[in-house]
Amino acid sequence: MTAVLQPGVLFGLCGAVLVGIGLFAIVTHPALLRRIVGCNILGAGIFLVFGAVARRGAGAGLDADPVPQALVITGIVVAFSASALAVALLKRLSELSVGEGRAAEPAAPRSET
Amino acid sequence: MMVLLDLALAAWLLALALHVVMERNERSAIIAFLALGLLLGLVWVRLAAPDVALTEIAIGGGGTGILLLRAEAALRGRGKHEEGATRGGKLAVAAGCAVISAGLGFAVLALASPAPTLAPAASDAIAATGLGNPVTAVLLAYRALDTLLEKVVVLLALVGIWSLAPDGIWGGAPEVAPAAVPGPLAWLARILPPFGVVIGVYMFWVGADAPGGTFQAGTVLAAMWLLVIMAGLLPPPDAASPALRLVLVGGPALFLAIAFLGFIVADGFLAYPEGFAKPLIVAIEAALTLSVAAALAMLVAGPARKAPAR
Amino acid sequence: MNGLVDIATMVLVSMGAVLFLAGALGLLRFPDTLSRLHAVSKADNLGLGLIVMGLLPQAESVSGGLKLICVWLLAQISAATASQLLARKIHRDEGRS
Repeated sequence: MTAVLQPGVLFGLCGAVLVGIGLFAIVTHPALLRRIVGCNILGAGIFLVFGAVARRGAGAGLDADPVPQALVITGIVVAFSASALAVALLKRLSELSVGEGRAAEPAAPRSET
Repeated sequence: MMVLLDLALAAWLLALALHVVMERNERSAIIAFLALGLLLGLVWVRLAAPDVALTEIAIGGGGTGILLLRAEAALRGRGKHEEGATRGGKLAVAAGCAVISAGLGFAVLALASPAPTLAPAASDAIAATGLGNPVTAVLLAYRALDTLLEKVVVLLALVGIWSLAPDGIWGGAPEVAPAAVPGPLAWLARILPPFGVVIGVYMFWVGADAPGGTFQAGTVLAAMWLLVIMAGLLPPPDAASPALRLVLVGGPALFLAIAFLGFIVADGFLAYPEGFAKPLIVAIEAALTLSVAAALAMLVAGPARKAPAR
Repeated sequence: MNGLVDIATMVLVSMGAVLFLAGALGLLRFPDTLSRLHAVSKADNLGLGLIVMGLLPQAESVSGGLKLICVWLLAQISAATASQLLARKIHRDEGRS
């Protein structure tokens, strides 16, 4: 029982639950922005599972295996880029759906307003 | 004692994630997500991964948070809502998600013990790189190809965002500052950047031997730049500006150049010549930090909103 | 000697934690946004200050201690600005309605 309480296991299980919560938001939430948030929660869950694997791989004087850690750092940056792209697409989508029925060129320079 | 802290952290994490998903108000949900990013940072510290903790707090919490808050402000009242699922549908999806979580949970519990690990390999070879931080060694020496490709992915995402600008203002600047900049924000944008730049440079420098490194430092620098642009103290750069493009491409270009140089002076692609590994890695990191900072700031700023100044 | 320093640390950090708790209670219990803001900004700044003061004797080096003080200063600056911005927004919204 105590084995479950070690950080390397406990937070891995946490990550597994976060994956489920994020996935639920992605599939069911009516607002598209919240689905992007859901993607980020899902990603955080997967990273935590990686973190659990890293923590268990402690050895050779290191508290955790550095390879999964480096993968997670890479993953966080890539997830951020993907979120930024998704958010930009979402903004454009809402501009287009607001501008529907008007002239086809919705984005005149708006900085003067 | 630590077990109590871990259990509290885990409970908070799950409760907050559920709150983010269930909350009706979009902005409250995003602010809760920001808090979730900070909690995740603490969890990473408990997982003995301070480098990841710094990255998670800077990018996962701070960067994604500002991105989502700006999006929420822009979309308020006109966000696209899809048809919500029916109660039965939601239950079915919840059951499916629970099955996936349970499967993953069993996988976590079933991990081999003692776990397979590359930690001994990583610490055996670290002397050859001259670095002291094994995570930096993985990022820039053992698995440098991943980091190079990741940087390219970030640039591709930026190209994707810039491509959303209409023809008329192609190559123009994004719009970041509000119409009226509140006084306290302008004050903060004058006070904070000197500190922030020092902290960013320190994080980059210390990353060779202690927690810290390119991406964390780049995020801090990006935040400082965004703050100055948001307060209207500096205009946002044109996407077509050669200086911006040079900084963006400079990091990966230097990385690639040194990688190809490996064919001539060392064993092959991305191999560092013996004895010169550390100076080369620090040079790559310096260029990458600037390029990460510029790319992240531009990712948050979004596509062009006004025609290029020419 | 060492024990005395440890006791001081424990007392100061506990006091800081109590202040944080008070701030959180105020955030939950106070009736309107301005007083909630008041509770959080006052209690948290002081609480963080006490925790930093308590941790200072435990710092391993002078530069470590300086970093702690920097953390406190930066948190002060950003918290003060955020509170100002929020209060200004509330003030303007109330003036309008």
